[in-house]
Amino acid sequence: MGRGTGRTLAEKVWEQHVVRRAEGEPDLLYIDLHLVHEVTSPQAFDGLRMAGRTVRRPDLTIATEDHNVPTVNILAPIADPVSRTQVETLRKNAAEFGVRLHPMGDAGQGIVHVIGPQLGLTQPGMTVVCGDSHTSTHGAFGAIAFGIGTSEVEHVLATQTLPLYRPKTMAIEVDGALPYGVTAKDLILAIIAKIGTGGGQGYIVEYRGEAIRALSMEGRMTVCNMSIEAGARAGLIAPDETTFEYLAGRPHAPKGADWDAAVEYWRSLRSDDDAVFDEVVRLDASTLSPFVTWGTNPGQGAPLASSVPAPEDFADPAQRSAAERALTYMDLRAGTPLRDVAIDTVFVGSCTNGRLEDLRAAAEILSGRKVVTRTLIVPGSMQVKAAAEAEGLDQVFKAAGAEWREAGCSMCLGMNPDQLAPGERSASTSNRNFEGRQGKGGRTHLVSPQVAAATAVTGRLTAPADL
Amino acid sequence: MEAFTIHTGRAVPLRRSNVDTDQIIPAVWLKQVSRTGFEKGLFSAWREDPDFVLNNPAYQGASILVAGSDFGTGSSREHAVWALQQYGFRVVIAPKFADIFRNNSTKMGLLPVILPAEVVERLQDEAEQDPTAEITVDLVDRVVRAGDLTVSFDIDDYTRWRLLEGLDDTGLTLRHADDIEVYENGRQPWLPTTV
Ligand code: SF4
Repeated sequence: MGRGTGRTLAEKVWEQHVVRRAEGEPDLLYIDLHLVHEVTSPQAFDGLRMAGRTVRRPDLTIATEDHNVPTVNILAPIADPVSRTQVETLRKNAAEFGVRLHPMGDAGQGIVHVIGPQLGLTQPGMTVVCGDSHTSTHGAFGAIAFGIGTSEVEHVLATQTLPLYRPKTMAIEVDGALPYGVTAKDLILAIIAKIGTGGGQGYIVEYRGEAIRALSMEGRMTVCNMSIEAGARAGLIAPDETTFEYLAGRPHAPKGADWDAAVEYWRSLRSDDDAVFDEVVRLDASTLSPFVTWGTNPGQGAPLASSVPAPEDFADPAQRSAAERALTYMDLRAGTPLRDVAIDTVFVGSCTNGRLEDLRAAAEILSGRKVVTRTLIVPGSMQVKAAAEAEGLDQVFKAAGAEWREAGCSMCLGMNPDQLAPGERSASTSNRNFEGRQGKGGRTHLVSPQVAAATAVTGRLTAPADL
Repeated sequence: MEAFTIHTGRAVPLRRSNVDTDQIIPAVWLKQVSRTGFEKGLFSAWREDPDFVLNNPAYQGASILVAGSDFGTGSSREHAVWALQQYGFRVVIAPKFADIFRNNSTKMGLLPVILPAEVVERLQDEAEQDPTAEITVDLVDRVVRAGDLTVSFDIDDYTRWRLLEGLDDTGLTLRHADDIEVYENGRQPWLPTTV
């Protein structure tokens, strides 16, 4: 059966970047922006040095320190010598190869996926890569953005291209409107629970429909960020007025006549009406409610109003044994109402939910209330931190008894001292609830910033409406 | 990259699905700036359990990991591939792999082999019954042979050629430096730079 002549957004952006195409070979794709951080780059820079190669386009490359960054006393040397060496190695590499770096303490420092958009470096129709799987975040601007391994980091540094087979395309159509109090985070958790952690493998996902168009850029970034948790290397959203408004005036956004020309081009970046996707998934946003995970992969989630499932609820034997294992690790009993699950630590932050809008949402709930759990509020970047302080959000958090920290990945993966103790249980606005992700033996429930804040107030998984 | 043609070795059955990269190599191991020494971190949390399959002496020296579906989900850390290779694995067999992990593997010469779930289970059963049984993974003919079982697997021609030859991508791409320059000259002037 012939496909329509129309093209999807992903196909348009892809075609625009093909440097070379040959029969039986992957396309050689040009990369417009390469983001670098300290964890996945040292071996790539070493590789360049060993081969006597240079960075082809330092002007399309930018580096930041995020994963190892302590979120207290950032101006003191990092206490952990191994972390310190890694950060220092990035500094040396950036200086040697001429790559711009935002080090700790710099006003531009922050989580790599927060600073790209914030600087206006992430724009519609671009290709963006980083040695980090949550690079999918940048797809919120209508860019093809995906995570790569260290060999590919080296390849991009040396050539500004990557050889890639074009993925298939999937449309996730979200009709209707999200009910009051239901967020982008709940939406993406529900999508992952529906299609599974492998559902997006081999696809670029385009999020479409009324509920997606109604999201702010922050919300769109939250959704695209977790595409990888559904197995999709990239997820994107067609740019529109919301996108242009967000970009206008940012430091690296086009100016004057360039802006007009760019916007005209960006308006063409949408899937044609007769474009055919390889796969279409539909969801009705109006049926959703606050969503939390109960297991050890992001697909093991359920509405907060429901109960911990039983392994027998799963027909598929692999899913059943995974659920059994997860319940043991999480120390949860089937049938327990999720609202009864007691939490020790609340973490608000990460590249999923560490932007200003997320902090505002948490502050709104914490305002005039007290937290009963250890509560870490970690802005995604120094700029987010400054903006939050200008609005007095830090005062709200401190008054509630929460800890207001410096910018970094923090307890999203605990490469710095912000970790769960063995057996401790968190409600976390990050993106992965894998075993030990937030500290060895730690147990993670993924939630929205709103649910995280409400949970901090009661000490149990709680929706704001329950307060 | 190490070339891969035909490999014969013993198999370790890892009966878990969704083996994420945080389990393969926990984040604490990612702080190294070198490319070596990651074998100690391989499944380090799980290896604390004496019953974990890699702690069974019968599987010492095995070089083929036979795992459940969605192997390698999660982070893009290539350290997961380095850890598996440095521990001694040359092949991972699973019904499905996460895209980035599979990609990283083929860049490094660790062969990811996709086989149907029933076949994977059969290989796991056999490795459990007889840990000394050998499996042959033949990239030349794209088949896996185990006892009286011969089953073919898919891999695209280009990746197969690169693996057979042990070629590294960067060198191949640099042959097309002229094409890259032509492309660069045609890029839109408004596209951002980081300087
Ligand atoms: S915040 Fe978490 S997911 Fe995001 S880049 Fe940092 S470690 Fe990775």
